[in-house]
Amino acid sequence: MTMNEKDIASRDAAWRVELRNEMSAKERSLIPRVKMPMLDAAYRVSCNDEVNQGLSEEQAVTEATRCLDCPDPQCVTGCPVGINIPGFIKNIQRKAFGDAATVFMSTSSLPAVCGRVCPQEKQCESRCIYNKMRKPAVAIGYLERFAADTRRMAGIKLEVEKAEPKGVKVAVAGSGPAGLSFAGDMAKRGYEVTVFEALHEIGGVLKYGIPEFRLPNEVVDAELDSLRELGVEFCKDTVIGKTLSYDDLLNQGFRGLFVASGAGLPKFMGIPGENLIGVMSSNEYLTRINLMGAGRGGMTPVAQGRRVAVVGGGNTAMDSVRTARRMGAERAMIIYRRSEAEMPARAEEIEHAKQEGVEFLTLCNPIEYKGDEQGHVTSILLQRMELGEPGPDGRRSPVPVEGAVEQIDVDEVIVSVGVSPNPLIPNSIEGLDVTRRGTIEVNDNLQSSLPMVFAGGDIVRGGATVILAMGDGRRAAESMDKYLSATL
Amino acid sequence: MNEILAKSHFSEKVVKLVVKSPAIAKARKPGHFVIVRCVDNGERIPLTIADSDPVEGVITLVVQDVGASTHMICGLEPGDCLTDVVGPLGRATKIDKVGTVVCCGGGVGVAPLLPIIKAMKEAGNRVVSVLAARNKDLIILQDEVARWSDEVVIMTDDGSAGKKGLVTNGVEDVILREQVDEVVTIGPAIMMKFVALLTKKYNVPTICSLNTIMVDGTGMCGACRVTVDGRMRFVCVDGPEFDAHKVDFDEMLMRMRAYNQK
Repeated sequence: MTMNEKDIASRDAAWRVELRNEMSAKERSLIPRVKMPMLDAAYRVSCNDEVNQGLSEEQAVTEATRCLDCPDPQCVTGCPVGINIPGFIKNIQRKAFGDAATVFMSTSSLPAVCGRVCPQEKQCESRCIYNKMRKPAVAIGYLERFAADTRRMAGIKLEVEKAEPKGVKVAVAGSGPAGLSFAGDMAKRGYEVTVFEALHEIGGVLKYGIPEFRLPNEVVDAELDSLRELGVEFCKDTVIGKTLSYDDLLNQGFRGLFVASGAGLPKFMGIPGENLIGVMSSNEYLTRINLMGAGRGGMTPVAQGRRVAVVGGGNTAMDSVRTARRMGAERAMIIYRRSEAEMPARAEEIEHAKQEGVEFLTLCNPIEYKGDEQGHVTSILLQRMELGEPGPDGRRSPVPVEGAVEQIDVDEVIVSVGVSPNPLIPNSIEGLDVTRRGTIEVNDNLQSSLPMVFAGGDIVRGGATVILAMGDGRRAAESMDKYLSATL
Repeated sequence: MNEILAKSHFSEKVVKLVVKSPAIAKARKPGHFVIVRCVDNGERIPLTIADSDPVEGVITLVVQDVGASTHMICGLEPGDCLTDVVGPLGRATKIDKVGTVVCCGGGVGVAPLLPIIKAMKEAGNRVVSVLAARNKDLIILQDEVARWSDEVVIMTDDGSAGKKGLVTNGVEDVILREQVDEVVTIGPAIMMKFVALLTKKYNVPTICSLNTIMVDGTGMCGACRVTVDGRMRFVCVDGPEFDAHKVDFDEMLMRMRAYNQK
């Protein structure tokens, strides 16, 4: 670490000690938590603009002042990538926004993304000292986003330390969060990194999955540009295992492969009528709209239902149902078999969905879809549920209420009940051990049964979050670097 | 990238394109397909690969003008480039020496059938090819098919070439006159459905290649799902070839009408 970096990141730096002594903890704790400015719900369902507008400089500095700069900051332990949270927050407080960005760029390749889509309330913010004081946590996510956006919009160049080029090529399969964070870390370590993407756009789930009202494409593109500046190369339309085999990669001189091919095949429930026209997976619905521009000038069509039911309670379900409202659905419904308390979606997404007029049909489970003579879905049979005993995961499991079945009219159904790992790479690289669930088998260092192949993100986890995928990318980079340094 | 090197017309609505795509040309096997986009904001269109030359680094695509996107692709000229070509996708055809194989293709289905005919012949099978179309002008690749077949039977709806009748009449004639060990059928879904019904009657194992609606084509969206043997399968990664006797063609035909009103 250079002196400069130490200065901006260290808790013992003179400026930081001074900031701490400026105000007592008591005074700081009296400042109310900032409220994120957001677009009006009636306006935002008419467009695809980002809902959260971001903090003003004044708001950000005030919120940063709330942070007590704890000697043993627990927020950092709640972050899957271990971002130096007080370090960047205190730089915001002293209005050194570029330095704030530099602090988290050393641990996170995609801060503007994390600041928007991480479930902070379950991670860093859940460990904030303020929780113990029965006060709302410091708005770490908002501040992260503020620093990343301010850096980007001001065009401040980051002084990222990059190791001497090693002249060693490594390949990445998949340009989603796991692949990108791996690529950034390996480039910083001096490797020549090429990221291969199967689709025609770089970004994986950040582009095809998460809608622009939550994560604008220009934010993702800016993060990609930062990686390009580090020397990362991107190669679209290339399916590892199909267009280029593992042997092709070896022949081209690649010394390691990180498989981050993400989630794949959508799960369905196996109930009658699921293949009717108008019933589709959230992957299909969101891909048509977000990646292909369906309904927004793209040539790809998408059904635009007036009464849309989205089955599921996760973030993808919220993304789908809120997209349906924006595509003109008069009635957009979440159908979830447990109660709202058990929903895996972020609290903020549920709140935003409600503001946008989404109906929540909880403790309901679809048991059949009915259609017309042309095969278009027209209604759902819903089984009422009640909560029984807690299951192995601690969540109370839903059980049907006998005889309580109702029928509701719909013209579009989006099934968002999870995905299986993408089967392409596990099926096409010989000698790669795969679990029964279809995920790639890895050891604690994310190394697969083939020593040169590492894997992370949904292809290992089955279905997780952006930040966990990014954490895997970081860990895999560290492991592969160690492995290659020892063997080359 | 993806430059069109040559173009020819089989008919007004069916075009053959030779496209520069070295990696795919090297990796593809019979049965594989590609996803093509011809303009930014364009659809991802699945197209089967009719032929390839790994030395020249080219693949051959046969495209039928059936909608806005395929119309644009058919309008491209040598020197133009496709925006995206990705593949080879799907599972390759299982080629074994089984004895006598009847390869029956309808319309542009003959294009993806050709590499299978060739591979079946090279594997040592007796190959009888049955090509069917509405009329003489819509029969494609007859000479190329003939080069790799022991016999070619042409069937047209109007009798303007070969025998008058449906593809099923042609296949049935072969089954009645000699031992047939396997049938491979590629064409419109409705044609494959009736071929499957016929060969099931005679208990001849039959492979079909499905061309469902797809979006990504890489195992992500599930638009291409079909029911095979009572199970949900995905054409892009589990197919495109399936046991024709187990495919729910009626459901597939229904699902293919999803965007018809547009």
